[in-house]
Amino acid sequence: MHARTAWQALAHHPLAFLATLWPWRALAYLLSGVGVGALTLVVLVAGLLTGLVLLPLGVGAVVLLAVVLGGGVVARVERWRLRLVDLDPAATDHRAPNAPGARAWLRTRLRDRLTWRELGFTAVSMTALWWMDLLVLAFALALPVLCVTAPLDDPGAWPWVVIGLALLPAAPYTVTGWAGARAALTRLVLAPRDAELTEVRASRARLVGAFDAERRRIERDLHDGAQQRLVSVNVMLGLARLDAGPGTPLGRRLDLIQGELTTAVGELRELSRGVHPRALTDQGLAAALTNLTARSPLPVTVDVALPAPLPASVASTAYFVVAEALANATKHSGAGRAEVRARLRTDTLVLTVHDDGSGGADPAGRGLTGLADRVAAADGILRLSSPSGGPTLLHVEMPCH
Amino acid sequence: MSLKVVVAEDSALMREGLVGVLTRFGHQVCAAVGDADALLAAAGEHRPDLVLTDIRMPPGQGDDGLRAAVALRRDRPDLPVLVLSQYLEQSYAAHLLDLGDQRGIGYLLKDRVAAVTEFADTVVRVAGGGTVLDPEVVRQLLRRRQDPLSGLTPREREVLALMAEGRSNAAIARALHVSVAAVNKHIGSILQRLGLPVDGDAHRRVLAVLAYLRS
Repeated sequence: MHARTAWQALAHHPLAFLATLWPWRALAYLLSGVGVGALTLVVLVAGLLTGLVLLPLGVGAVVLLAVVLGGGVVARVERWRLRLVDLDPAATDHRAPNAPGARAWLRTRLRDRLTWRELGFTAVSMTALWWMDLLVLAFALALPVLCVTAPLDDPGAWPWVVIGLALLPAAPYTVTGWAGARAALTRLVLAPRDAELTEVRASRARLVGAFDAERRRIERDLHDGAQQRLVSVNVMLGLARLDAGPGTPLGRRLDLIQGELTTAVGELRELSRGVHPRALTDQGLAAALTNLTARSPLPVTVDVALPAPLPASVASTAYFVVAEALANATKHSGAGRAEVRARLRTDTLVLTVHDDGSGGADPAGRGLTGLADRVAAADGILRLSSPSGGPTLLHVEMPCH
Repeated sequence: MSLKVVVAEDSALMREGLVGVLTRFGHQVCAAVGDADALLAAAGEHRPDLVLTDIRMPPGQGDDGLRAAVALRRDRPDLPVLVLSQYLEQSYAAHLLDLGDQRGIGYLLKDRVAAVTEFADTVVRVAGGGTVLDPEVVRQLLRRRQDPLSGLTPREREVLALMAEGRSNAAIARALHVSVAAVNKHIGSILQRLGLPVDGDAHRRVLAVLAYLRS
């Protein structure tokens, strides 16, 4: 694997690292850091003082504004410099102005939190960071060099030469170590790496949420529409049968029709309950799981103790995880009994499904993979232990925020 | 016996069907409403002999009907309520069975209304203070207590299920095509094996069986 940052290069191949360009890039990073920091200090402090002095004249405000926006310029330089020790792109994501013109641009810029982050970083950079760069360079390079160049004819000086020679090989590591730390700080403040990841995660969660909402809607439509209508028709048929007389040929035919209709309504009910269990919305996870296990042919102990209702998407994911696990236990593992347990540990739902079957559940199976994806979309984890011969334990953790 | 009934059901078609069945069997529907709030108002105004309500209703489209029934019972603990639902769930049944002394409680799958004669029979039983549970709910309860019930004969298990549904000895005998005396014998044996009190009161017997199954 090619190292993308100076730190990675240092950690992966500590010896081969010395032959690469990385120590020199780190050195360039720190040297330019000293230069940029010193220059920033001079320019911005001068600007700040001028601005304050000229403030009564009005012009000072413009100068102070320039100082504030100057943070953006420094940040841009810092991002550009970052490429010396971190190859990943460091993009700025200042908000786009909502109207054309300099005034709108300025207004958007001043309201953008990133502008103030950049200013804060600039302040830290010019007051502390470049001094640190200087100190590290002095300790890592200047000190050994000074030692080595001590006059050899002085009998008291030669131990210093030895110390200097011993310190010199450490210099690339010291320099790269600090350069990496400084780069990590720069990235954290100016170009967070996880911004994109957070967005991906959020969009996955939204997708699952939309999927859940759609299932709820389908169930509601089935319940209010077809199911309700078919049951009503069945009631009317019942009355018609009564009018026809139970023993008559018409009565017998109506009897037959009613039987078929009842079966159809039953199938529709199972279908719609599988789409979304209503009790989950009305009464919460514990009740829905009780109902689920009551219908399961397998004897299941339900031990759910939750202090407060869970977020809807967490509750429905948990429900479908248990439904799938129990279906697997019933169909494949020949389990004699199962246990479902749910607890809230600080703000994480911990759910376990345990069965005494023959194990051997396939984590790559379609049902389990789908569930693992759902759980992952909710930022949770799903673990399965199912050795051949059993027992099977499914463990799920999902954050509830 | 003619009963004064308040009906609550949000589907107009189903409401019409319910009213049709009740009037066909000589009962008087004093109000037929479409949401939980109207049910509370109508039950207060008409003082019916029985409230027949759907679980899922406006305004919340959740278990509003069930909650209205529970609220009505709190005000009038002797008001018989028969609750209908598109789905049978233990959690809803538990909610109802935890009400007061459990007299005059019914919980049926909506489909059962289509068997109009039996449904009319259920209405009268609940109005008379009986406890009537849907066979499906009972089936789930029986499965839960598999271990202690495995000592019963298949016939005894059938009798136990019908007892839990709230049927009388005569009705059980009719359903199983056996004599009432035979049913009495089975019941005696079941109660003894489960360690339940052998008691003459049919209603208390139903409650004992249900309490046993739910424990």
